[in-house]
Amino acid sequence: METLDIKGVRVETHIAGSGPPLLYLHAEQYFEQVGPHLDALAKNWRVIAPRHPGYGAASGATDLRSVDDLAYLYLDLLDELKLDNVVLVGASLGGWIALEMCVRSHARLSKLVLVSSVGVKFSGREERDFADLFYMPDIEAFPMLFADWQRHAPSYAAMSSGQLEELARERHMLAHYGWRPYLHNPGLKRWLHRVDLPTLVLWGEADRFARPSYGQSLAAALPAAELMVIRGAGHYPEIEQSEAVVRAIDAFVQEPSR
Amino acid sequence: MKVWHFSELAYYPAWEELGSQLRNVVPSRLCDPRIAADLYHRGLDEWALCDELGLNIMVNEHHATATCIDSVSTIPMAILARETKKARLLCLGMPIGNRFDAVRVAEEYSMLDVISRGRVEMGFVKGAPFEVTPANSNPADLMTRFWEAHDLILKAMTTHDGPFNWEGRYFQYRQVNVWPRPWQQPHPPVWLTVNSPESAQVAGERGYVIGSLNTGYVRTPAIYAAYRKGAASQGRDATRDRFAYMAIVGVGSTREEGYRRADQILDYSRTALRVGAQFAFPPGYQSVAATAQALKSPGYGRGVPMRGIQLRNGRQVDPNAASVEEFIDAGICFAGTPDMVVEQMKAFWGHVGGFGHLLMMGQGGHITHEDTVDNLTLFSKEVLPRVAELG
Repeated sequence: METLDIKGVRVETHIAGSGPPLLYLHAEQYFEQVGPHLDALAKNWRVIAPRHPGYGAASGATDLRSVDDLAYLYLDLLDELKLDNVVLVGASLGGWIALEMCVRSHARLSKLVLVSSVGVKFSGREERDFADLFYMPDIEAFPMLFADWQRHAPSYAAMSSGQLEELARERHMLAHYGWRPYLHNPGLKRWLHRVDLPTLVLWGEADRFARPSYGQSLAAALPAAELMVIRGAGHYPEIEQSEAVVRAIDAFVQEPSR
Repeated sequence: MKVWHFSELAYYPAWEELGSQLRNVVPSRLCDPRIAADLYHRGLDEWALCDELGLNIMVNEHHATATCIDSVSTIPMAILARETKKARLLCLGMPIGNRFDAVRVAEEYSMLDVISRGRVEMGFVKGAPFEVTPANSNPADLMTRFWEAHDLILKAMTTHDGPFNWEGRYFQYRQVNVWPRPWQQPHPPVWLTVNSPESAQVAGERGYVIGSLNTGYVRTPAIYAAYRKGAASQGRDATRDRFAYMAIVGVGSTREEGYRRADQILDYSRTALRVGAQFAFPPGYQSVAATAQALKSPGYGRGVPMRGIQLRNGRQVDPNAASVEEFIDAGICFAGTPDMVVEQMKAFWGHVGGFGHLLMMGQGGHITHEDTVDNLTLFSKEVLPRVAELG
């Protein structure tokens, strides 16, 4: 991890590998479990994976209040590192940030990959697009989040206090950025036409937190998106089916732009 | 010492049916409005009686729960402002971090203060963790929102020369102008609830009255000490009238009668925390370290956090299995004959270094109206005169 200074914001950033640049925006939780996935991506890419402010041990997020702020922060990061033709990958919360970036500017991006992205409201006012993660005991939440939760969900008893604090901080920051409106920006749908770059929407077949039908709605609402469903994965395919996700990203980037 | 009678007005008729969760998810079909009306009138009668007995009155609020049907604390405050003449009226309190209209809070407190001709004591509370759910307020920044609300409410109550502008992080108004202005000048006394040395120290720095609720022999001394430290850091005197302690009180003409009354009121302690772990630990409400600790507690993942009361020797006891003696040992309850209650109160008072207010739960759980009236009456006649000197 190195710490970048992005216009006065200290951003812990994992940078690894060589090849074309890939900006990876992580999901709301379980960052530690994504390590192997970032390593796999680093075989073909120069992976730049910032930790959202407030996540990780070092930083606070006192003046960054919303996903809008994170979108501007990472647009600044692209400017600061002078990156062009970047493949932007966003998982869940990271996908929402990626969408907010793209409606503002995708001048430095070549392609967009959304993995189980949240952020857009499609359903009516008396329905939720995403299960209420904050209000379920883990025994109910884990089977919604993972295809095989007994293998992939965190086991608190086996974790160090440092790891438990990491999980606690992740939940804290998820509330900070996503409490109300719950994991979406009510105005974002109106501007999705601006996300006019080749987009791959990846979805875990067994995702019951944000269902594959939501992925279909999202892909349909974007100007140039295709949906691919990943078998044997819930909401975090990058954890449960890392290889399949890497293969899908590689294939998508190699195919000529339509 | 000032004594304040407090009840949450529990909707106990639904308890049996509800089982392990009494909060947040309980369907209101289990609330019969006719029974609720009887409970409200009964509770208001008991509070009104305090006016004759020389006791003061405390109300609070909780939401979406069968443990407390006072969902709007200023409603009983308003009724009692009119029905009583002498008692001071403490609202402990208003969950200002969960209220999205802080100016409305200033208006309600000001109006109550004027109607009661200056008898309001104004509590601002963080609120229990499960209270963020009904309000849908973000727990991750609850306390920064709380303090901004606090600043705005006090400015709104103490500004008397026309509208002012407020464009803060959480609250924005361009024309704040509260009518009426409060009776007490510059504003009614401010109370805060505290549950840790950290929150007590902040209260001490500001010189407010703190209510430490059922924190017992083991936890209360550190909380009071932190208050004194905070007060001293600002050159303030931490006088006794800055400290309040809440306990369950059961007085009877015999030991057995006092214990029986306490035991019935203690159903409050046995049911108040029947709530799912997902509601008890909203992210960011506690520190990262405290949340990490909670993750490790047995039952967390299944939604059943472990809770206990702490005896004087440090041992944890399940409140559902604890006897009245154990609650007395823990310092959560004072019970028995008037002599016994005086003795227990004096011992606890000495142990924590003194306090000027007893927040007395004289009603709660299954205790009947007749027993409550007798409990309050015996307390005011036989106990109050002998503990008054402590304050």
